[in-house]
Amino acid sequence: MTPHARIRPLRLDLGEKLRALNWALVLLVPILGLVGYLVLYSAAGGAHAPWAWRHAVRLAVGTLVMLAVALTDVRLVYRFAYPVFALCLLALMAVDIAGTLSKGAQRWLDLGPVRLQPSEVTKVALVLALARYFHGLRIEEVGRPSALLAPLGMIGLPAVLVLGQPDLGTAVMLVAVGGTVLFLAGVRIWKFLLAGAAVAAALPVIWANLRDYQRERVLTFLDPERDPLGAGYHILQSYIALGSGGVWGRGLLGGTQAQLDFLPEKQTDFAFALLAEETGFVGAVLLLSLYATMVFIAFAVALRCEHHFGRLLAAGLAVNLALYVTINVGMVAGLLPVVGVPLPFVSYGGTAMFASLLGLGLVLCVDVHRRVPLPRHPGDPPA
Amino acid sequence: MRPDLDRAKLFTRRAVVVGAAQLAAFGALVVRLWQLQVRDGARYAELARDNRVAIRFLAPPRGRIFDRRGRPLAVNVPTYRVRLVRERAPDLDTTLARLARILPLPPRRLAEVRRQALARRPFVPVTIRDDLSWEELARIAVHLPELPGLLLESALLRDYPHGPVLAHILGYVGPVAKEDLRRDPDPLLRLPEFRIGKTGLERTYDRRLRGRAGRVEVEVNAVGREIRAISRDEGEAGEDLEISLDLELQRFCFDRLARERAAAAVVLDAVTGAVLASASIPGYDPRPFTNGIDARTWRQLVGNPLHPLVDKCIQGQYPPGSTFKMVTAIAALEAGLVSPGYEVFCPGYLDLGNTRFHCWKRGGHGRIALVQALAQSCDVYFYDLARRVGIDALAATARRFGIGERFGVDLPGERSGLMPTRAWKRRRFGRPWQKGETLIAGIGQGFVLATPLQLAVMTARLCNGGRAVRPWFVRDRFPEAADPTGRSWPSLELPRAGLEAVLRGMYETVNGRLGTARASRLDLPGIAMAGKTGTSQVRRITRKERLTGAYREEKPWEERDHALFVCYAPFEAPRYVVAVVVEHGGSGARTAAPIARDIMRRTLEIDPAETGVLTAALARGKDRG
Repeated sequence: MTPHARIRPLRLDLGEKLRALNWALVLLVPILGLVGYLVLYSAAGGAHAPWAWRHAVRLAVGTLVMLAVALTDVRLVYRFAYPVFALCLLALMAVDIAGTLSKGAQRWLDLGPVRLQPSEVTKVALVLALARYFHGLRIEEVGRPSALLAPLGMIGLPAVLVLGQPDLGTAVMLVAVGGTVLFLAGVRIWKFLLAGAAVAAALPVIWANLRDYQRERVLTFLDPERDPLGAGYHILQSYIALGSGGVWGRGLLGGTQAQLDFLPEKQTDFAFALLAEETGFVGAVLLLSLYATMVFIAFAVALRCEHHFGRLLAAGLAVNLALYVTINVGMVAGLLPVVGVPLPFVSYGGTAMFASLLGLGLVLCVDVHRRVPLPRHPGDPPA
Repeated sequence: MRPDLDRAKLFTRRAVVVGAAQLAAFGALVVRLWQLQVRDGARYAELARDNRVAIRFLAPPRGRIFDRRGRPLAVNVPTYRVRLVRERAPDLDTTLARLARILPLPPRRLAEVRRQALARRPFVPVTIRDDLSWEELARIAVHLPELPGLLLESALLRDYPHGPVLAHILGYVGPVAKEDLRRDPDPLLRLPEFRIGKTGLERTYDRRLRGRAGRVEVEVNAVGREIRAISRDEGEAGEDLEISLDLELQRFCFDRLARERAAAAVVLDAVTGAVLASASIPGYDPRPFTNGIDARTWRQLVGNPLHPLVDKCIQGQYPPGSTFKMVTAIAALEAGLVSPGYEVFCPGYLDLGNTRFHCWKRGGHGRIALVQALAQSCDVYFYDLARRVGIDALAATARRFGIGERFGVDLPGERSGLMPTRAWKRRRFGRPWQKGETLIAGIGQGFVLATPLQLAVMTARLCNGGRAVRPWFVRDRFPEAADPTGRSWPSLELPRAGLEAVLRGMYETVNGRLGTARASRLDLPGIAMAGKTGTSQVRRITRKERLTGAYREEKPWEERDHALFVCYAPFEAPRYVVAVVVEHGGSGARTAAPIARDIMRRTLEIDPAETGVLTAALARGKDRG
């Protein structure tokens, strides 16, 4: 097989890009956004304020950003992968410092009118940086232990910073997403087993360093009846919300668990419980299949991409999205501890929405530019 | 290009594994949802329908505050309020319109209630009006069936039956502010009706007065209406406080001072440090603060030039004037520079370099020793002592008497006054200390500032034999306060003979033939009081005024001198201390001394420390008669 069997265009024009756009994936965004709108409308007791309309505005603006990212040349994305990641790390440090100064947990960066939660964007930036790193590595090099130092640092540094905020959920997600990218890049399985053993050994130390409320959450997860009116209360109320939804649900605005405020955080982390109460098993499974479709389209994008950067990027972002959904729904359904991970496109929250759309925009970008040649190192002949 | 092909193949293989894992995870979620929603759905639906446990926090009754004889100073009174639950009113406007017909409500308030009701979360009641009278309560209760959505509730409201008399001491409670929430995780603070101590003792002892939140678990039916309480934890009522004040004496002080525009008086137990009365004029009414004061009243209080919100006893800082002369005397005696018999010739002035420092008495006092120098308040005598002692030694002694020190009294906002030193002046102004400033400080003028409480403590530490008492309102404020003999307070190690001469000087001030406060002798048989006048300049007398004598004429109020008086009684067995400051009162002897005398007489009559001194004196008088 000759390397240049096909003529590969170095630059695409806008028309070509728009034609190459994965419209199925694009179309899923407004559909999920509409679900989010209805959930937030219901969470406010049947009112567009205070959440639903802002959600819609953010979605509209975010979609434009997503399309802009999708049409950006992938080589530009490649070049800026590290700077974007570094910027995210700086923002995380700024949040930690601000949190120390105000003597409390802080996940926000106050930028006047906009409050930014850098940890959400960091997940996307991490995948970007790891994809960039492994793109430049030959398969033999991946096997070298020394080649793993840099990616482990890329995962570990933000995870530690986020843990200090303290945000256990995001830290776990960073490690999980980063680990999956390492796996996809070809890191040996026994190394993962070794890492797993190391984590198991470190568990007692981690436990000792958790905040009281974090321990409480883990214990409550293990046994929700432990304190039915304290920390277990939320989980129990969430169960009741899900369960009472039944097969067909109680109708929009008909869920008493949500409408009478038994359900905590129903506009953010427990939004799925509201949806499941009011639209039942059918609605919940439908929503899950929408997410599954989105995830598998992203996987398909990864598989048909012709450069390694795009493959890892799209697959990593697909995993990221799947993890969001799995952790959030798992938490609401009592399969996982309450860790504060939002449901993409549905939970109320600007930065999470922006980060999700940014990730999706990158997947679309990979798909549009799947045949664009990317050199392994700057100056190399196209791979 | 083999390497890239290799890694693409490996990627594909592993991507299939990851994809399968994700599919499995989604499958697990679906199975879990099926368990909860389909298999167990009926059970949970029943739970949702019947067994809805909601948790409501209960505010415990706030601890009450009593005076030293158990008379209530701050209490909780039941109050009735009418509230609105939007969800239970089929027609909000009709309900409100009907209510307005039986309860006078301004249209602005109605609009506000309507707005709040629509903005709040479902089933959270909106208060329409607090503090309903019995008649209003009855009227609403009768019409309640026609007023769906309305709720009558009773609650405890903080009340201060003595109003302005105790406002500065007790402070007041008010709605919880955002900063309070950040500082304090107590769930009580999140109750919308909860009130937190904002100033005074209410603030200092807020945690003790507050109590512990109670909790009810209530069953709520499908529309959110409470059916019954499942369990009820009443929490703990706040702790009651007994404070050192004597209500009767406090009221007397307040009323006696009220003839002046701005004044303060402190009565202290010289042995234990208990504050028996502490009045500051003008006062304010603490009651409107409980529900959040309106902006206009607030602006009026803050903008008032007489500062009614300021507790002048601990926050008013005045040059102590001649009341400071005892400290100058002790400093000189302690340093061994002079003896009580030390004499100075006073020609009416003292020259230092080419500056002339005047005595208040134009012609001078002639040859004079310590006791008479105090009694007649000769300035030159103390200029001389201060010059010998030097400012830093003088400041060290003054600080031991409490001037320039915070005592840690249990009221927030205590000011420290000011006792200058060389180092202080260099820090503050960047200029070296001037010798003349030492002279001025020696008569309690210039930079020296003291609060009325500090003057009272200074006097107490003199007359109780040199024990460093500290003032308190609640007995467990200081461990030493628990000792009724007062011997737990550390000794200041004052020179015995010198202290006796100083106290003799204070006796002569009030009882001597030439004493400046002779007109304010105590007219009780067999009990004598000792004291010291002070008149402190607000504005320096210009040379021209001194020459023309214009400074003796009537000046505008703000430019008149502050009038001060400190005293203690009985002279033979000192127990009570009174310090009075009348802002711009003109003269300590003419204005402050008579007030202090009246307060002292009343203190001896009430005898809060139960010394029995007056009854004994009266009995002695009868025996002799």
